[in-house]
Amino acid sequence: MSGILVYALHYDGAINKNSLGAVSEGARLASELGTECHAIVVGDKAGLSDEVLAPLGAHGAAKVFRAEGPEGLSQPVVDAMAKVIGDNGHGYALFGGGLLGFEIGAGLAARLDAGVCMEVTNVRVEDGKLVAERPILKDSQISDVHYRSDVGVIIGRLNAFEAKEDGAGSAEIEDVDVEYAAHSLKATMVERGEQRGADVNIEDADVLVAGGRGLGKAEGFEQLEALAGALGGAVAATRAVVDAGWYAYAAQIGQTGKTVAPKLYLAAGISGAIQHKVGMQSSENIVAINKDSNAPIFEFSDLGIVGDLNKIVPKLTEAVKAKKGS
Amino acid sequence: MKICVLVKEVPDAAVEKRIDPSTGRLNRSGEKNLNPFDTHAIEAAMQLKEGGQIDVDEVIAVTMGPETAVRALHKAVSLGADRSLHLTDETLSGSDVNGTGYSLAQVLGKESPDLVLLGQQSDDGECYTIGAVVADHLQMPSLTQVIKIEVEDGKLRCERQAEYGYDTVLVELPAVISVGDAINEPRYPSLKAIMGAKKKPLESVAAGDVGIDAGRVGYDNARAHCSEFKAPPEKQAGKIIEDEDTNDTVEQIVAWLDERKLLA
Repeated sequence: MSGILVYALHYDGAINKNSLGAVSEGARLASELGTECHAIVVGDKAGLSDEVLAPLGAHGAAKVFRAEGPEGLSQPVVDAMAKVIGDNGHGYALFGGGLLGFEIGAGLAARLDAGVCMEVTNVRVEDGKLVAERPILKDSQISDVHYRSDVGVIIGRLNAFEAKEDGAGSAEIEDVDVEYAAHSLKATMVERGEQRGADVNIEDADVLVAGGRGLGKAEGFEQLEALAGALGGAVAATRAVVDAGWYAYAAQIGQTGKTVAPKLYLAAGISGAIQHKVGMQSSENIVAINKDSNAPIFEFSDLGIVGDLNKIVPKLTEAVKAKKGS
Repeated sequence: MKICVLVKEVPDAAVEKRIDPSTGRLNRSGEKNLNPFDTHAIEAAMQLKEGGQIDVDEVIAVTMGPETAVRALHKAVSLGADRSLHLTDETLSGSDVNGTGYSLAQVLGKESPDLVLLGQQSDDGECYTIGAVVADHLQMPSLTQVIKIEVEDGKLRCERQAEYGYDTVLVELPAVISVGDAINEPRYPSLKAIMGAKKKPLESVAAGDVGIDAGRVGYDNARAHCSEFKAPPEKQAGKIIEDEDTNDTVEQIVAWLDERKLLA
């Protein structure tokens, strides 16, 4: 039976939302293929109770493989998935995206000599096989990817797969013993999930004013805070400026940050790389200010302003205040 | 110890990239730049060498690609690498991630490096996965998207941003580490270094020299086969304003926001 095995990431007693999306997608595809969708979790078993794993069954997993192992690192999961696939003959490994999904999927492809495709936005069944669709060249084209290996590795783009509780109910839980490769235990977690910067809430804001590297320096965020204040919204940031220490991690949009869909997303000095786009493209109205007319963000903004944000933002703040005051 | 840095030549960001419809492969003509992410990997290698906390004997730039990829190696050497290694063979052309990672692992195996560094992604393929493929073949611990490396008792203390915040991971050597662009500010090569780059040793090897199984590489053996390129669903192009008179620009933005009731 060539089933689908989905990696389920968990942290602090909860299964990752993108992993649940991948389980839902896996269950949909498995039913079309006439097979089953299974999930695998790797971690401290004490923290992986039946209750913590219950959402996996509710999203469509028929079985959950549970392996005791280190958390937050990719290589132990490669060992665990290679073993489970070897023992059960899964035809596909599916990931919901995110940093670990990329690492595990690539490592697993190497281990199994399997085809791998990342940033997948859609998967369909064709002649009893899965075909992955991947946007390429800054999303200007979509390519079909066919697998020519015993196992196909599919790594979804963040938020590509919607989490749906289909009421399928509970999954059977099977504990597996994994003998980890020597190299898989040579990276050890010292600290996981450290929060840097203030704890801000951007997910509930109707208006977000987001800043990127184009601000030039950390102080550039002051004018965005003023504009966000005038618009009645909050300030968000790209990964580049968070990694540079200019703004709080809690305000970060994109691949390893938050996913938002406010009524208005105003991006200042943001080029619009895929890793950022995946976190904000569902916003109702996207306004971009960037001095580079070739910036990819203009490809998916509703209103684009080519110009110097340092000139535009302060005047815009005043004009918004005046308009709202009138 | 020996550090190998994986580098790649990519199309200049200003050159429009496209797929050659007759082959279904990326048209790589007009390539001339070292992948910008790789310059951070070379800089990380140089900082480890100059930092003195571990003894680095050699930094070797390694690439796989056609004849022209030598330019990426010259650039890497001008940024500080001591010598370079070029894997080039027609049979490798068109390899997918799986085949490319396997081939690079084979050529790296010849050098037995204590550390392999690479940029977290290539500017053209938009893929963050080669490091993990190489690491699995070399059976080394691996971490991607690292933004800080410190030496601690002969191990590397690495920081990166992951799904739930910043993680700190201690990695034993030998290891494969891919770095993000926040890790450092790459230096500019000196004129002397640029002039001297072509004089540094450059070794060229073919697939057979490093034991690459021809059945695992090349376009025809790609395990993941790309085809049938199509355009994504059209999104209606947004309105664009070129800012010439800022007062006028701001007026237009406010009117646009007001029309959509975003200033209520």
